[in-house]
Amino acid sequence: MLEKTENLISDQIKVIIQDKKERSAEKPVEIPALKIAVEKLNFFYAKLQALKNVSVNIQTHQVTAFIGPSGCGKSTFLRSLNRMNDLIPDARAEGKVLLDGIDIYQKNIDITQIRRKVGMVFQKSNPFPKTVYENVAYGLKIAGGKGKASIDEFVEKSLKQAALWEEVKDKLHDSALKLSGGQQQRVCIARALAVEPEVLLMDEPASALDPISTAKIEELILDLKQKYTIVIVTHNMQQAARISDFTGFFYLGELVEFDTTSKIFTNPSHKKTEDYVTGRFG
Amino acid sequence: MNQKFSAAFFGGLTGLAMLLILAILAVIIGNIVLNGHQVLSWEFFTSAPKEGMTEGGILPAIFGTVALVILMVIAVIPIGVMTAIYLHEYARPTSVFTKSIRFAISNLAGIPSIVFGLFGLGFFIYFIGTGVDRFFGLEVVFGQPCLLWAATTLALLNLPVVVVTAEEALRAVPKEIREGSLALGATKWQTIKKMILPQALPGILTGAILSISRGAGEVAPIMFTGAAYFLPYLPTKPTDQFMELGYHIYVMSTQSPDVEATKPYLYGTVLVLLILTLLLNFVAIVIRYRIRTQLKRVM
Repeated sequence: MLEKTENLISDQIKVIIQDKKERSAEKPVEIPALKIAVEKLNFFYAKLQALKNVSVNIQTHQVTAFIGPSGCGKSTFLRSLNRMNDLIPDARAEGKVLLDGIDIYQKNIDITQIRRKVGMVFQKSNPFPKTVYENVAYGLKIAGGKGKASIDEFVEKSLKQAALWEEVKDKLHDSALKLSGGQQQRVCIARALAVEPEVLLMDEPASALDPISTAKIEELILDLKQKYTIVIVTHNMQQAARISDFTGFFYLGELVEFDTTSKIFTNPSHKKTEDYVTGRFG
Repeated sequence: MNQKFSAAFFGGLTGLAMLLILAILAVIIGNIVLNGHQVLSWEFFTSAPKEGMTEGGILPAIFGTVALVILMVIAVIPIGVMTAIYLHEYARPTSVFTKSIRFAISNLAGIPSIVFGLFGLGFFIYFIGTGVDRFFGLEVVFGQPCLLWAATTLALLNLPVVVVTAEEALRAVPKEIREGSLALGATKWQTIKKMILPQALPGILTGAILSISRGAGEVAPIMFTGAAYFLPYLPTKPTDQFMELGYHIYVMSTQSPDVEATKPYLYGTVLVLLILTLLLNFVAIVIRYRIRTQLKRVM
């Protein structure tokens, strides 16, 4: 019985990867450029080490996925890319995270600027208890320097990018909390896109959603890839296989393996990775 | 059977405890209403006491109480809320400094109100008030008991309540909202101002309501700092002395030349104090309700 499930998982993933290869074969191959370079990143919660010597390169306009069992450090890693971990008392990072060559952990850096460049979508959709419009306009308003007409324009554009405009254009001034779970998560995506980030971090953005909403979010991610660099953490291996170009496997705070998604899922170099992607543990 | 019995027994016991409290409250309120209602008249609400407080009304005391409570709320809310914001948003929860502030606040809450009264006299009036007068070369203006110092003393007394309720309100704002705001490049202060404070406002107003209830009834902190035994006119500025309902009750019940003759007025004043406290609370509750519905409309 167990054996069967295993095969089922790996078979599904093989089909996904094969399918993707066929589709991408039609397009010319892009030469990826470096967006984020993580160098020997260690991360501590007080005395507990959550990340151990992680080094990885994240390419521009690609979807990079990180997978691994619960508590492996993948979310911590994601949150260290826009310094959201700063909010945790007694947490500290060592090493470098270079965004376009600039270390975001250097002293005197403006964290708000970093977070504007590196947007984030959270696991639990967290629209503000405000209207749909106010949610999307918030980032623009706090950044300042934009008039009402310009903000209106950005709100519409961002909602369109998040594939939500058609569904909410008549209820822009209703509470965002009245929308469905999937729509709420897309409000959060639109909100993040409105400030025109360069990188979008997504922490299990679809884990709390139904299959149809999940499919919409995944479709959206593949669309957004044209304009943004996307880093996603997911529990769902099929999802990682479907949408990502590169995949990293975290285990106990270490980045065990990082490679193209097709390599990770069809021919991983490490035993641990293989065990995980074939569903033998995790 | 045994279990059934003990369940019924303890259930009954809690019910009795509740009945006891209700009965005490009913007796107190009933007694006050029965004995106090006959003096309530237009004159009672609109004139000053006359004939050694056996005639006339209590207008100066009503006015003084309202003015005192309003000034006190204006003083205590900003300082209390700012302290709560500091403690909850900025201070490191584990640092010795933060811990000592918390320790100080909980101790402040345990200090008897008469001590606040003496502190107000010594600190606000003799130290700050007289100091200000000397510095500006004034006659005695600030260095005497008055509305201003009574209100600040009362504000001090209520500070712990306001800090604790405001901090509770800040804590109730979900972490996700904070993170969402910060992740969009908002600064900490922008996040507090635009996201957290609006959400916490109803809870902060609860602190204001609690401080009104307590402030309107306290006598000890104001008896040295501003409340007057008898003033036939209304205070016109914060440096005037004032009459206050609670203090007036104290005066009538202890200093009256004819205790029997003042009795109906005493009851009437107590009744007015109760009604006024309820009324001030009611206003604050209405404001809170309106803010809540406004928040709900977008929630």
